Order: sequence, then C-alpha cells, then structure tokens
Amino acid sequence: MRTTMLFVPGNNPAMVQNAGILGADSIIFDLEDAVSPEEKDAARILVRNALMSVDYGNCEKTVRINSVESPGWKDDIREIAKGRLDAIVLPKAEKVEMVKEVETILDQAGGHDTAIIPLIETAGGIERVFDILCCSSRIKEVIFGAEDYTASIGAKRTKEGAEILYGRCRIVNAAAAAGVDAIDTPFTDVDDIEGLKEDALFARSMGFKGKALISPRHCSIVKEIFAPTKEEIEYALKVIEAITEAEKQGKGAISLQGKMIDAPIVARARRVLELAGMEGGSHE
Amino acid sequence: MRITRQARAGSLESSDLMVILKPLKQGEGIILEVNSIVKNQYEGRIKQAVMDVVKQMKLDDVYIIVQDRGALDCTIKARVETAIKRAL
Repeated sequence: MRTTMLFVPGNNPAMVQNAGILGADSIIFDLEDAVSPEEKDAARILVRNALMSVDYGNCEKTVRINSVESPGWKDDIREIAKGRLDAIVLPKAEKVEMVKEVETILDQAGGHDTAIIPLIETAGGIERVFDILCCSSRIKEVIFGAEDYTASIGAKRTKEGAEILYGRCRIVNAAAAAGVDAIDTPFTDVDDIEGLKEDALFARSMGFKGKALISPRHCSIVKEIFAPTKEEIEYALKVIEAITEAEKQGKGAISLQGKMIDAPIVARARRVLELAGMEGGSHE
Repeated sequence: MRITRQARAGSLESSDLMVILKPLKQGEGIILEVNSIVKNQYEGRIKQAVMDVVKQMKLDDVYIIVQDRGALDCTIKARVETAIKRAL
C-alpha cells in the first residue's frame, strides 16, 4: 500500500541508483518529461539495467513510459519489461484503447503480471476516467497530473488549485466507483513546505490515498499526512475486534458506538491498520 | 560486428560516465582507455564491465574511451550499450 510515489529522472544514474533510500513507498522512473528526446534511448537502457541489478528493498518500482501518441513508447516497454518491474505509468491516458495497446505490448514483452497506472492529465482523460479505470484488471491505482491537465483546459495553474478541483473530484469519485486508489498530483513548488502540507491535507480530505512527488524532500511530510491518526487506528482496532467477535457468534449485523458496522467500514478499518503496519490490515 | 561511426553516451556528472567509441580499421582489435576518479581501486572492474558488453554485442575493431565518475556496473554497462547502438 502506497501513499508516496516519487518521480525520478530516468537518465540520472545518481538518482536512479539511490531511489530506494529516498523515503518513498513507490518510485516512478521517468522516461517521459524528465528525459530529453535525444537521450530517450540512453534512459530506457539505464532504467532497465537498474531494475535488473539494484536492490530497491520494499519500494514499488514503476516506470513512466512515453505517451502512446509519441515515438518510442513501445521500445520503452520492450526494454523495461526485462527488469523487475511492478507497474507501467501511462501518461496522458485518455482512451480505453490506449490502455489496451499498452497491455498488448506488455504481453508481447513478457510483462504479463505488470500493472498499469493511468496518469490522467488531459480534459479527455478526465471525462473518460471511469471507463479507463474499469477497462483492465491490471489497473489498481490512478494518478492525477494537474500541470498538463490545466494546460489542456486552458487555465492558469495556481497554488490554490480552484482550476483543478473538478478534475480532482472526478478522479476520486471514478476511482472509488472502480475500486482503485487515487493518487493526487505533485505539489511543484519544492521549497514551499507549508504549501505542500496544505495541499496534501486537502487531497487527503477529498479521498485521495496518496500523492505523487517530484522532490525527495516531500516524502516524509506527505507520508505523515496520509498516515492514519491515533484515533483512526484505535477506532479501526475496535471495528476489527467487533467484527471478529460477531463472526464467531454467527451474527450478520453488528453495531459499534451506536453505528452499524458494514462492509465499507470494515474495509476502511483494514486499510487504516495496513497503513499503520498493524495486524488486521487488508493484506491479510 | 564493427561500428560505422563515432558515438558517445553518458555524462561527466557524479555516478555517471562518458563513453566515446571510435571505429578502427579491420583487424586493429579493441583498444580500451579508462580514466576514473577511482581508477586506482576499480580500473579492473570498470574494464571488465565494459568488456562484458563489448563481448556480448560481439564488437570488434573499436577504440573505447571511458571517463568514469564513480558509476556502478549497471550504469557502465548501460552507457556502453547505448554508445554501441548509437555507433552502428
């Protein structure tokens, strides 16, 4: 379970080799925007070799390939599928057909178990996000990319973020309906730590399960904000205790502190405990 | 396999290396020149990493210049492979 997904430039050996100790739950090796066109070939080989030989510990390893509307995306997949890879991040995902094309090339390259994480960052992607998230069993997460999205709707990007509120709402709602985790857009002012905290708190309150990051300095701050509170952990433990007891007694419905405990509440409790690294979490 | 043109890959940033390949005449073999900030300790290992890729890609008649800035084996091999593919 991840709350922090850190973008790492795919052609920077120092960052690529050290990505596992920067504090993020998940690494996104970037072959797209962080790599100049003339270095795309070098980056995909470097990332492939790193995936094959560097121990990234418990970090999830993902790669943002180039857009399916740009040259080289198939080469990206063919190279990196040779490494130990958890997921492909698909930029500018805005049609079901794009996901299907990526699935086909992944299968051909031997990446049958590789997940796909759509990066929704266009007006078209926002409008079709639910269909995109439901089109493949490989999709378990979705990331919102606000910078390109803002450009695609012709708005000015602001720190307040009023212009991305609609996009955020659509993604959170579609992700919940599709049973997928929504990961919020990065906060791009690396030095504005107070702004980062406000932005992450707001994202969490909306229902995002984590945040993409562009700076390792943001990892611990965002992780703390998305970590469960003491009260949430205590309540989750009570829920699990109550449901376990009810199951022993063969009861179908139970209440806790005057509230009915149903499946979504139990699922939420398990998620809280998993995030806290405690027994009873949803990985069990 | 012989390269047809000069090519380079990598950079002089920390943890990276610059690899330059120049074609040699047929029969001149492989000449490998290594400069590194850790040459005294790791020259043999750097040469081994370079030659692993050269042999794997069955390359011959090439002058290889490596300027290493403390790269890991996986980076050395990646840059050599990239340079070879660019030089074909």
